[in-house]
Amino acid sequence: MANTMDSPRTAVSNPPVQPMETNLTQKDLIRRSATSELPRPERQLTPVAKLIDVSKCIGCKACQSACVEWNDTNPAVGENVGVYTNPHDLTADMYTLMRFTEWVNPETDNLEWLIRKDGCMHCADPGCLKACPAPGAIVQYSNGIVDFVHENCIGCGYCVKGCPFNIPRISKADHRAYKCTLCSDRVAVGQGPACAKACPTQAIVFGTKEDMKKHADERIADLKSRGYTNAGLYDPPGVGGTHVMYVLHHNDKPHIYSDLPDNPAISAVVETWKGATKYAGLAVMGLAAAGSILHGLFAKANRVSKHEEEEAKELVDESVEHADKRVEDA
Amino acid sequence: MSTPANTAPTKVSSVKAGAEDSIRRGPPVEVVRYGPGKRINHWVTAISLILLLLSGLAMFHPSLFFLTELFGGGQMTRWIHPWIGIVLFFSFFILFAQLWKLNLPNRDDVQWASQIGDVIGGHEEKLPELGKYNAGQKFIFWGMASLIIVLIVTGIMAWEQYFGHLTSIPTQRIALLVHSLAAVAIILVFILHVYAAIWTRGTISAMTRGTVTGGWAWRHHRKWLKDIAGRGRIDPAE
Repeated sequence: MANTMDSPRTAVSNPPVQPMETNLTQKDLIRRSATSELPRPERQLTPVAKLIDVSKCIGCKACQSACVEWNDTNPAVGENVGVYTNPHDLTADMYTLMRFTEWVNPETDNLEWLIRKDGCMHCADPGCLKACPAPGAIVQYSNGIVDFVHENCIGCGYCVKGCPFNIPRISKADHRAYKCTLCSDRVAVGQGPACAKACPTQAIVFGTKEDMKKHADERIADLKSRGYTNAGLYDPPGVGGTHVMYVLHHNDKPHIYSDLPDNPAISAVVETWKGATKYAGLAVMGLAAAGSILHGLFAKANRVSKHEEEEAKELVDESVEHADKRVEDA
Repeated sequence: MSTPANTAPTKVSSVKAGAEDSIRRGPPVEVVRYGPGKRINHWVTAISLILLLLSGLAMFHPSLFFLTELFGGGQMTRWIHPWIGIVLFFSFFILFAQLWKLNLPNRDDVQWASQIGDVIGGHEEKLPELGKYNAGQKFIFWGMASLIIVLIVTGIMAWEQYFGHLTSIPTQRIALLVHSLAAVAIILVFILHVYAAIWTRGTISAMTRGTVTGGWAWRHHRKWLKDIAGRGRIDPAE
């Protein structure tokens, strides 16, 4: 107990310097992909959250740089196509991406420059984990972090289909899925995520989910007092809430922020595929196999009788005679 | 030139020994149902289907994930499954091109299907005389053909490594749902196919040695037997 601690409360302060044991262990898993019987964790870590206040973001991309540095991903140098969003999309080497949108507010006719830091939302009900067929390739810790365990990943891309936010990317180099880890390796030893640590305006803050909601309330009150009447917290209930949340000045229309889903939820198609189809399909196939084995063992086989063999012989003999006769006649 | 072609006598010995749809006079009487080409073709398809079934089921239900060990682990299973699918697709459709005409439905099939109780009860004598394929075999043929098309199309849409960007994610979700439903359906057809071949004794030799006994042909496909006998496709050699 001496060297372990609960979830960190902030990304700002420096962590303790003495060696620490990780507090995210196999015993702290609340969900594990393709695993039905998972023992309940003995302890409940305090749920954590990253709060991204888009109204405070200046688009400096320090978070992207910090992410690349901490995760040592080294994305290739890209190409400038005339927009600020760079690289052009999330990749297996780029777990977070500032997406820039130029939006004209129809009410004020003002051009608003919307910047949203995209990346894994760490859903309470993760679609990636539900879709994953490989045991233990995706896990969820009791503090809310959804993490990919790369040695168990088979590279099928089902997580890509399961995710309501289009986040996971499959590496062309090692054929495994990658996404933001919420710096689980930092959080495990009392530190906040690298992006939050690097953010110069504290548009990205980190702490317990409860604290982050309180902080968001203050920010929303402030935004409302400045005329953003629709300011609000993006913590979508369709996925059970998320452990990455946004403060949006236009929370009534999240889609204007580079297609942030208005009401994200795991697709009904994915639910059907990973629900009824999986269980009913296995049952039907099992029953058909068992049924035919039973029928094979107990029902009378369809056998050819001796009489039928004789009938065939007669038929063939007759045909030969006919043919011979015709040859003779000719 | 002495005899015009249309009145040419049937020369029994003109049939090449072992040719498909020919009778070996015996005794015992044997009928060649499949030549070596079709048999090789069938078994390539069959082995591919079994491998696809094992690797697919491993990714379908967590309780069957252990099947990935047969292919060298999860990554190998994910990699090899679509390639086996490609092999099966081409192998099956070479077979399809040769067999589809004989599998077109006819009036006898309606009669046969309406008497399915007699089929299952083994009362073949009550059924109409049949050509090379009965309605059950035709159902398996067309079922396999249509499901293989569904599986290859949806499979390519879900093939992350090469076609991950071919269609949108919502489309890929539907593709995967359809792929798994079609997979369940083809496994049912496969079980029916294997079961029928075992239950109807004397059938499997058609796909191993290529021949069935005269009695088997008489009992199950009398029209086919009469047709080839009538055309004199009889190899008199022992």
